[in-house]
Amino acid sequence: MGKVGLFIPCYVDQFFPRVGLATLRVLRGLGLEVEYPRDQTCCGQPMYNTGCSKEARPLAERFVKLFAGYESVVAPSASCVSMVKLHYPDLLGDSAEVRRLGDRTFDLSEYLVDVVKVTKVDGEFRHKVGLHRSCHGIRELRESRSSERMDAPFDKTRQLIGQLRGIELVDLERPDECCGFGGTFAVTEDAVSCMMGRDRIADHVRAGAEVIAGYDMSCLMHMDALARRDGTKLPVVHVAEMLEKARLTR
Amino acid sequence: MIHFHPEKARAFVLDDERAHWHDKALWFMRVKRDRAAATVPEWESLRETAEGIKLHTLSRLADYLEEFERNARANGIQVHWARDGEEHNRIVHGILEKHGVTRMVKSKSMLTEECHLNPYLESRGIEVVDTDLGERIVQLAGEAPSHIVMPAIHRKKEEIGDLFHEKLGTPKGLSDPTILTEKARGHLREKFLRAQAGLTGVNFAIAETGGFVVVTNEGNADMGTTLPPVHIASMGVEKVIPRLADLGVFLRLLARSATGQPVSSYTTHFHAPLPGGELHVVIVDNGRSSMLSEEHRRKALCCIRCGACLNTCPVYRRSGGYSYSYLIPGPIGSVLGPHRDLKGHASLPFASSLCGSCTDVCPVKVDLHHQLLVLRQEAGEQKLVPLGKRVGMKAASFAMARPALFRAAGRFARFVLRVAPGLARVGPGAIWSRGRELPVPPRESFADLYDREEAGKPEGRS
Repeated sequence: MGKVGLFIPCYVDQFFPRVGLATLRVLRGLGLEVEYPRDQTCCGQPMYNTGCSKEARPLAERFVKLFAGYESVVAPSASCVSMVKLHYPDLLGDSAEVRRLGDRTFDLSEYLVDVVKVTKVDGEFRHKVGLHRSCHGIRELRESRSSERMDAPFDKTRQLIGQLRGIELVDLERPDECCGFGGTFAVTEDAVSCMMGRDRIADHVRAGAEVIAGYDMSCLMHMDALARRDGTKLPVVHVAEMLEKARLTR
Repeated sequence: MIHFHPEKARAFVLDDERAHWHDKALWFMRVKRDRAAATVPEWESLRETAEGIKLHTLSRLADYLEEFERNARANGIQVHWARDGEEHNRIVHGILEKHGVTRMVKSKSMLTEECHLNPYLESRGIEVVDTDLGERIVQLAGEAPSHIVMPAIHRKKEEIGDLFHEKLGTPKGLSDPTILTEKARGHLREKFLRAQAGLTGVNFAIAETGGFVVVTNEGNADMGTTLPPVHIASMGVEKVIPRLADLGVFLRLLARSATGQPVSSYTTHFHAPLPGGELHVVIVDNGRSSMLSEEHRRKALCCIRCGACLNTCPVYRRSGGYSYSYLIPGPIGSVLGPHRDLKGHASLPFASSLCGSCTDVCPVKVDLHHQLLVLRQEAGEQKLVPLGKRVGMKAASFAMARPALFRAAGRFARFVLRVAPGLARVGPGAIWSRGRELPVPPRESFADLYDREEAGKPEGRS
């Protein structure tokens, strides 16, 4: 397999560096050649979702250039990946280069399952875990079946972490409702956003979760920020951190 | 109108008990829909078929409308064309005037809401009585529908008891839904018997047969069209489907998506006027053809008004129908309203976390959340995004285009958060921390950890 370009979203770089490091180690642990293009910053999603295409475009352009030379681009964030995959063609024009990049950009779970074809995960995580399925992972990248759809169920993240010894994945009342982060939505519509997040946390608490796991740090950041404000003891953990110490085999 | 939705939503959320009651009532509809959809093994291919039929019809809409008109006329139906709401109202009034109608009953029609028909007719001395129970409730309360399928979903049964006591003279303190429904039924029965004309919407008009279909659960459309001699049906141009054989696809999807029923209680086919009566169909454009002309918006015309996107929307459920500045609330309204008047409904494309649940629940696969994203770009171009956000995004974009500046700014921000978190509570930070804690800043960024990892040094403090 060719070189992997590690895409660490700006807020992960600044606030959740451990998640980036865990991602790097999981990929290298599989024997992959991984490189972190040092000049990457932001994919432009915050601007684009706010309606500021003009401000998003230069960031998207430099992203395309920075990652052009890699066979695959992998990020621990479904939302930023869906920006590159789904919205770059709208933002930058549907060129072969943009399309090629989109086709080769993956969220960690889907990369491990679909590209590396990891079949066995040997490790442990002895907790009752509530899996937060982030919207963009479900309904943009199709990493799991959305609860709205009626075709055969699947869940790539669960396929991986479900194999960890001692893990108990709890059943949520609303398996994939939005946590209310939504980027600038969290500020523009902060009242509804907070209520959505609190309702999500309450669902995990009722289900008996000791920790919320997820593949998108932005949702986890939001729920963590609410839980800490309310004094709810419910830590969050990224899938990459859960897999960091495990042995993954193809 | 930039702040319309967030302000109304804030007020709605403030009443925590009620907001959760509203959320649960609508989520219950979503659960019912899931159960009903799960009984149809071919659900997803049914959605695709429905989408295909709608897109095909839109690709030659004029032809199908003319075919419908020809066949309807041959059946003895009088067909009228209205460019906009005003013309629609004029046509309806003209028909009523010709027959000397002063009392009309109406079954649910979001189109007539869109055209503001009720006030138009009332100001011309015609009594208009909405006969759908929910519609009648909001009409008695002097409100607009807060949901397109369940217009009074925002009202608790006790409040309806109070309203009926005040407006219909029922005993004080009624709250039993069966008794309240009985009271409304008695009240409406009298209106039906006295009505001189009935108006309905149209769920599907069939080009091949020149007939049309109206779907209700209460039979009110049937009462309102079989008792009085004059029946007027108002339809948007997008309601036509090519063949009778296509109808089954939509009927299987509609009731399941709307209320979780396998089929609605009444699916009535109209083909000809009553003996000695008149049947009129008013076909209304009112902005639809301009939507048709824009490729990225066209798909919204596939909507069959089932309301599933409202029931599933985590924002609608927690902000209520009246937090939307357009008469159709929820995701579909946030697409249709801004298409009509982006400036007047500038907050609506942003009243969504873009979770995409609406798109996946939609029985005809309208790409609702992607349309909202496109509308956001249009709002941005027209400077309908708040100034603070625009300036903020400009500054962020400037810094993010310069890696050294991004890293320095990041280091500074983390430092401030660590030593004086109070300083971070300005602008968006202040709003963020109204209900939440700020993130705990690590000393090192990922880039720092990466350099250390590359150098083979153990991980530092983070």
